[in-house]
Amino acid sequence: MMNLQELTENFAFFDGWEEKYQYVIDLGRQLEPLDERFKTEEWKVKGCQSQVWLVPNFDGGLLHFCGDSDAILVKGIIAIVLLIYNNKTPQEIKTVDVMKIFATLGLEENLTPSRRNGMMSMVAKIREYADAYED
Amino acid sequence: MYDVYQIRKDFPILAEKVNGKSVAFLDSAASAQKPTVVLDKMYEVYTNAYANPHRGSYFFAEQITREFENARCVVQKFINAESAKEIVFTRNATESINLVAATWGAKYLHAGDEVLISEAEHHANLVPWQHICEVTGAKLKVFAVSDEGDFVEENFIKKLNDKTKLVAVTAMSNVLGTIFPIKQITQKAHDAGALVLVDACQFAAHYPVDVQKWNCDFLAFSGHKAYGPTGIGALYGKAEILREMPPYQFGGDMIDNVTFDKTTFADIPARFEAGTAAFVQAIGMAEGLKYMENIGLDNLVSHENELTAYTLNLLEQVPNLQIVGMAKNRGGVFSFDVKGIHPQDLAFVLNKENVAVRTGHHCAQPIVNRMGYTSLARASFGLYTVKEDIDALFAALIKAEKFFREN
Repeated sequence: MMNLQELTENFAFFDGWEEKYQYVIDLGRQLEPLDERFKTEEWKVKGCQSQVWLVPNFDGGLLHFCGDSDAILVKGIIAIVLLIYNNKTPQEIKTVDVMKIFATLGLEENLTPSRRNGMMSMVAKIREYADAYED
Repeated sequence: MYDVYQIRKDFPILAEKVNGKSVAFLDSAASAQKPTVVLDKMYEVYTNAYANPHRGSYFFAEQITREFENARCVVQKFINAESAKEIVFTRNATESINLVAATWGAKYLHAGDEVLISEAEHHANLVPWQHICEVTGAKLKVFAVSDEGDFVEENFIKKLNDKTKLVAVTAMSNVLGTIFPIKQITQKAHDAGALVLVDACQFAAHYPVDVQKWNCDFLAFSGHKAYGPTGIGALYGKAEILREMPPYQFGGDMIDNVTFDKTTFADIPARFEAGTAAFVQAIGMAEGLKYMENIGLDNLVSHENELTAYTLNLLEQVPNLQIVGMAKNRGGVFSFDVKGIHPQDLAFVLNKENVAVRTGHHCAQPIVNRMGYTSLARASFGLYTVKEDIDALFAALIKAEKFFREN
């Protein structure tokens, strides 16, 4: 499993949006699959133009998420978001500056407050879960 | 026809570059760009002639009242209403429709009555009716369009009966581009004893409106889709119908006489315009309509017809692209799906190529679903749209198709 530093190094190589987003699509393909039974309204993240599902699992004090989308670029972005947030304690999750990481990767355009792109809704959802599991 | 390249100079935003490249703006159906005359007029009012209309009797107040009422006359002439009293200024087409639902609907709709809408309505001409039907116990009925998106008279007639109190229908679908035969619909509806409300917010930005010829009872449209500012729209209602309707909101400007015991209300249209109106926007809206009239509505129609044919021809050459809405009578709105590519993914690449289109359900979920989709991309024209914009769309679609096929 790649860590954030390796990911940042990989992103430094790209020239132009095509190469960068080809890589994002590839990351989406490698995303841990989400069981079909979770692809229901219950696990849907609201505020996304595409369908986005996010399922948490809290084990040994760490949060782990599975996610998926029917849009392939969004799925790639989910893969990056989960790489940032997965296997952290709720406290750690709340200290992550996701905007800064996305800016470093050159992907900040994916985290706009627009209603079109639901990635901010997904980040908000992850923080909500962190709140809920924090004790 | 007119020189569209010359016209484009009237729209400062069209010269804006994004990442050093010009933008193909193909989202005028969501909101149109503004010509300098509209912006200048509003600036001039704020800087030289500003006061609250209908109140003071000093120079600025008299002047602004004249300008505001003149704007009403411009709207009246634009849609060929019999009297300026029949024009109520609202925030937008949505508010115009809500006004009718909340006042006329609350007074005249009862349990067992029916409101009939087309399957192609956007939420603005659907949700207000759904709501007032729930409140009054009336039923919302829907007539189907064909699979291509055409108006089908027999589908309409089948749903029309003596319980139908109102037919609320769009003059032009914001998803399918279909143009509905309003005169024909109105005639049948009136024969059945129903009133007709026309949602003209797409239509009025492209084609001449004639409420007397159509004989519709209400018509709603907005300023911002017709080259005017946001925050302003108009409701037309036949005077004799408006006069029987209770007020919409209460406060200043809509009253005749007020005591602590009782208030009597002003005549139309003031009765429906409580509080300080968006009068600078109304003046701006009128300026946008005059701008269209100066070019000539017939010229706008010819230009749009030419672009429509050009677009259909190009889009048909994009692999795996399906145009959703192929009605015989259609305007410059093109919703489409590229098989295997999610519209949001598609929009991402189009944005990278500086092509501005809308994606999603277009505030009209039922018709998007009815056509077999949850989300679509849509390109739409304004009077400044040129073939080069369509060429840019075509090139970006080819690039997107290749990008996602190879990745």
